[in-house]
Amino acid sequence: MLMQRWTPRDLQALIDGLRAEGVRVLGPRVGDAAILYDEIETLPIGCGDEQAPGHYRLTARHDQSRFGYNLGPSTWKQFLFPPEEAIFRVQDGEFISCREQPDKMAFFGVRACELAAISIQDRVFIGDFADPGYASRRENLLLIAVNCSQASGNCFCASTGDGPAVGVGADLILTELRPEDPYYLVEAQTEAGQLMMSAIGGPAAATGEIDARDEVLAATRLQMQREFATEGIAEALYSALDHPHWDVVAERCLACGNCTQVCPTCFCSSTREHVNPVGLGVTHMRRWESCFAADHSYLSGGVVRPSVKSRYRQWLTHKLAGWELQFGVSGCTGCGRCISWCPVGIDLTEEVAEIRRPL
Amino acid sequence: MKDPLLPHLVEMQSWQQESELVFTFQVAPPEEYGSFRAGQFNMLYLPGMGESAISISGDPADRNHLTHTVRAVGNVTRALHGLRPPARIGLRGPFGRGWPLAAAEGRELLLMAGGIGLAPLRPVLFQALAAPERYQRVTLLLGARSPEEILYSEQLLRWKSDAGLQFLATVDVASAAWRGDVGVITDLVQRAAINPQQTVAMVCGPEIMLRFCARRLRELGVASDAIHVSLERHMQCGTGFCGHCQLGPYFLCKDGPVFAYPAVEPYLMTQEF
Ligand SMILES: Cc1cc2nc3c(=O)[nH]c(=O)nc-3n(C[C@H](O)[C@H](O)[C@H](O)COP(=O)(O)OP(=O)(O)OC[C@H]3O[C@@H](n4cnc5c(N)ncnc54)[C@H](O)[C@@H]3O)c2cc1C
Ligand code: SF4
Ligand code: SF4
Ligand code: SF4
Ligand code: FES
Repeated sequence: MLMQRWTPRDLQALIDGLRAEGVRVLGPRVGDAAILYDEIETLPIGCGDEQAPGHYRLTARHDQSRFGYNLGPSTWKQFLFPPEEAIFRVQDGEFISCREQPDKMAFFGVRACELAAISIQDRVFIGDFADPGYASRRENLLLIAVNCSQASGNCFCASTGDGPAVGVGADLILTELRPEDPYYLVEAQTEAGQLMMSAIGGPAAATGEIDARDEVLAATRLQMQREFATEGIAEALYSALDHPHWDVVAERCLACGNCTQVCPTCFCSSTREHVNPVGLGVTHMRRWESCFAADHSYLSGGVVRPSVKSRYRQWLTHKLAGWELQFGVSGCTGCGRCISWCPVGIDLTEEVAEIRRPL
Repeated sequence: MKDPLLPHLVEMQSWQQESELVFTFQVAPPEEYGSFRAGQFNMLYLPGMGESAISISGDPADRNHLTHTVRAVGNVTRALHGLRPPARIGLRGPFGRGWPLAAAEGRELLLMAGGIGLAPLRPVLFQALAAPERYQRVTLLLGARSPEEILYSEQLLRWKSDAGLQFLATVDVASAAWRGDVGVITDLVQRAAINPQQTVAMVCGPEIMLRFCARRLRELGVASDAIHVSLERHMQCGTGFCGHCQLGPYFLCKDGPVFAYPAVEPYLMTQEF
């Protein structure tokens, strides 16, 4: 399939066209001093960000870029696995499913690490058992991905192998070039993507422009400041469960659970019973939960992981070791969100390096 | 698409007190239920209360009843304590992997249970004692807090006298009428006739008991991978979605709750893991 060359106006035409077809277009929006994912009509222009451990700030780039920032606290997970969801309700002694036919959605501006995170959650929710809510939302989804033309201070997807080049699974892949007066290289990976390309049209890209895409990606790779050794990490962590460094992290960690909330792959949930207004029975709800919460591990004999140390260890070993054995992939795609949004700036790559250091 | 999180409505058929806080009840299986394997569990749901993982404690060959034995400790289990037939409750299952009964054929079965830990082991007894020719010997070692808290005592004594079950029990606190042992379950192992090299052990009870039993069995010469344990963690789904039941790389709900001991030993030996 040929690569097309689009203008910013073509991007807008795609958003408008999808909306006209009744597709919920979800994408980046500036809000609360951060890039958030939400229902959109246009793309933000000239936004950048500055990220470091425990630090995130929006900046002005003084250019016309549409994708000149990296990841904010939102993840696409909120649309496929909503923070709170009704599973079933009980009325007049009957159990009635609350699963509904979902709207058709398009995610606009999915980064490489985010696409990888979606495929990781697919393995959780469409595996030995299938969650019908997740599965039906996933089936009614268009993925419009974008190659990153810059890395944030906390990105390390090159180390995990999940980016910055978009991998398989997207319908369309965009690459933004020449941010002061941007244009886009567009590739399709699926039939739905090809349909979008023929609907918008646009000239075929020249060979030189394909090289330009690869140069941008190479530069992004070079910008990444974090290196993270993933080889042998599962065995290394499981053989270091009593490492003294867990106590050192625990002294800083507040067990606030921010890291699990912003992580695009974390899937823990808890259920609760919602009592509806008189006559409407009870609804069985499911909401996001974190292994940093005290009651995540309660049993009739007490809590399995009472200390902050044991909870930090659960997060890190699950993410980087258990996951691999459970799902055949790591639970970390190198997005860096947990580093930016940790109130005390704990950086998992540094903690792992400490724990892997021979005593 | 079938929703593995949507319970079936089932009707309670019987309810019986076992001890002060423990009771056994039966429900009619949902139509599409099929059969269960010894050691599997159901998720029981009460509207407004929530769901709990409860082992199936009845006979796997009985397709007309699903039996559960419950200790009233919290929201759902206390509410179940107050229900009587023909109350209707929610049920989904069966979940998890059961005991490796097929792998134990031709060998000796040694069951060790502490308290309510007997519930998920009773289906093994139903099945093994119905086909005694398949095993060299079937032994049950039981630990309970007091004689009054021994579950299914009439049935166990019947199995002992009529079905060839080797059955020994010990209690923490004896009553005047108690003729059995007083002390820990690991001490019973010496008193039982067993052939360690031929033994496949299945152990269920508090985690500390599992660790001590495994140690004792190994000292006697039972092969490590012939020791199987059933573990407990908080469970909210049974399907690998909610994440609560994890132990290292395992989801207890779908990879367990029964494990060969060596697979879980390093994690059980790590404090607060
Ligand atoms: C595979 C498996 C099989 C099982 N089989 C059986 C069985 O056959 N029979 C049986 O009786 N039990 C069995 N259990 C145990 C049973 O699932 C638990 O005891 C269950 O939690 C009881 O549910 P509940 O709603 O009654 O208790 P809950 O209300 O969940 O309370 C249980 C305990 O946790 C405490 N607690 C409640 N909420 C919190 C919180 N938010 N934070 C901290 N602590 C809290 C309570 O005080 C109480 O001590 C099994 C468990 C598993 C995993
Ligand atoms: S663990 Fe951190 S860096 Fe890795 S995917 Fe989750 S939020 Fe991103
Ligand atoms: S156990 Fe912790 S790290 Fe693992 S998915 Fe759940 S919240 Fe995330
Ligand atoms: S590591 Fe940071 S974000 Fe995660 S729980 Fe600890 S303090 Fe909160
Ligand atoms: S009980 Fe929910 S993941 Fe196992």
